[in-house]
Order: sequence, then C-alpha cells, then structure tokens
Amino acid sequence: MSNSYILGITVVMSAVTLLTRALPFLLFDRGGEPPKWVRYLGAVLPPAIMALLIVYCLRNVSFTGGSHGIPELACIALAALLHLKKGNVLLSIFGATVVYMVLVQAVFV
Amino acid sequence: MKWKKSLRAAFPVTLPVLAGYLALGMAFGLLLSSAGIPIFWAPIMSVLMYAGSGQFLAVTLIAGGATLVQAAVLTAVLHFRHLFYGLSLIDQFHGVGKRKFFLIYGLTDETYALLTSTPPPPGVPEGDFYLAVSLLNHLYWIVGGVIGSTMGALLAFDTTGVDFAMTALFVVLLIEQVKKPAGGTCAVIGGACALLALALAGADRFLIPALIAITAILLILRPRLEQREVTPP
Repeated sequence: MSNSYILGITVVMSAVTLLTRALPFLLFDRGGEPPKWVRYLGAVLPPAIMALLIVYCLRNVSFTGGSHGIPELACIALAALLHLKKGNVLLSIFGATVVYMVLVQAVFV
Repeated sequence: MKWKKSLRAAFPVTLPVLAGYLALGMAFGLLLSSAGIPIFWAPIMSVLMYAGSGQFLAVTLIAGGATLVQAAVLTAVLHFRHLFYGLSLIDQFHGVGKRKFFLIYGLTDETYALLTSTPPPPGVPEGDFYLAVSLLNHLYWIVGGVIGSTMGALLAFDTTGVDFAMTALFVVLLIEQVKKPAGGTCAVIGGACALLALALAGADRFLIPALIAITAILLILRPRLEQREVTPP
C-alpha cells in the first residue's frame, strides 16, 4: 500500500466523482434558457429524490429481525410530527435524533 | 460577496448536516486509520473527492489492492445518482456565475437536499447563500474525517445513532417539498419506486434502477403534472 498507489486511486475516484456531478451541466447547460424538460425535472425530481433518500437511509434496516425497524419508524414519525406541529427544522431533526440515540443505545439493545 | 451575511444565513440551515457529517466523517476517518492507511490521506480525500459513500469505497478498494480501472468503474456506478441532481439544478444554478463550479464540485446528497428545499432569506443573494451552505458542509466533512482518523478510537462518548440526523433531515425536507405544487404526487412516485426497487434489486443495487424508474415515470406524467404545476393551489 504505497502512497503513490493511494494517490492514484484518490485522483481517479475524485475525477470520476466530479465528472458525475458536472456531466449534466456540460451536456445541457449552454447558457440561455435550459430546455423545457430540464426545467420540468428541476421542479419534480427533488420531492421524489427526497423520498428515495429516506428509503436509502433505511436500506439496511431489518424489519423481520432485531428491533424490527421500530426505532427508525418511530423517530421518523416523531420528526414529521414535530415538524408539522412546530415548524422548527432544528427541533424536528435534533429531537428525533436524540430520541433515536436513546432508543438504539439504551432501549433496543 | 458578503461573506459574513451569507454565512450567518447559511449556518442554521446547515446544523443538521454538521451533526451528520461530523459523525459520518469520523466513521470514515476511523475506517481509514484502522485499514492502515496513513492518516494524512483523510483530509486529502475529503477535500478532493468529498463523497461519503465514495470515500468508504476508496478505503475498501485501497485495502483490497483494486486496480485504477476497477476504482473508476465502481465510482461511476456508485455516483450515478449525481447525474439526476445536476439535471434538476441546471435551472436553479442559472444566475450564480463562477460560483457554479464550486457548487457542482460540492454536490453531495445533503447539499443537494438543502439547496433544493431551502430558499435564501430575503436580502441574501441566492448564489452567495448556496455557496455558503456548500462550503460549510464541506468544512464539516473534512473536520469529521480528521477527528475520526486522529482520535476516533479515544472518544468516550457513544455516538451510535447520531447519523440518524441525516434521515431526519431528509424527512423534514420531504415535508417541505410536498408543499410544492404536485410535490405530493412526486414524493409518492419516488417512495414507491424506491421501495419496489429495494424489494427487487436489494440494498446494494437498488438506487440506480429506482432513479431511472422515477425519471421515466415523471417524464411520462409530464403533461398532467405540468398542468398542476402552473395551476395556482
């Protein structure tokens, strides 16, 4: 595991990562007005991707064994409830996270 | 650019990411040092690559002696979702000038989620606000990695579960997104495609099929959804 090997892997992976981030702009961002379908996706993709990212966060939770996903589902419900009632982003997120930490560290062990 | 004003507006917005990135960054730093990689690589990777799952993969690949070609292909597959982030931000980044390069460079899941869900407060130019959010998040990630690689093993405080801040952040931002016209329908499509793909393809490879299905369905429904988008609620 030489430093030059680590450097090679780091540079290659960084370049590919940047390319995946920049490619849509290189292809479709030509100054002026973006194509209409791009503008449409800009409006409708974020809500769909937010739902996808929540599923992504839970992808390794087992609902058949262990704690059956109870801490995760309960704290997601708590975050949503806090947010709908109080409308304070930080309270919703930190409230749910603290309760989650207590649940996984002390209750569901 | 009025740094002070932009950073002050951006900081509260980024607090959930501060918690999540410190925790995940520390996990990355710990993994890197326990794999026997010299710890000065933690900040270098965090600055250059700046991708959570990508850097975990990098440690695994380096420890396993993967080839450069293997690393390139796996990174492309892992980060395929970035294509969809960029696609939906072209319009939003239209007027930000040279800042665009740094915004694209720092386009992580969390930064994407914040930038698409949180408009800048009045009086703060949107480009400056976006850049401040992006740079703060990057800073948290670098610091987390340095802490984890240098003294992660010494931490007495049990941080198990702190990364749930990321899940909670996405839940809150989803609620904000659903308030937009047609947002509810789009969220249901996203969630249903994700769950179906997860059931069919499994946890390690569901992301790409889910993204393709979501985009395809949204494009097919475009005539109907676009109508609702312009109709005032």
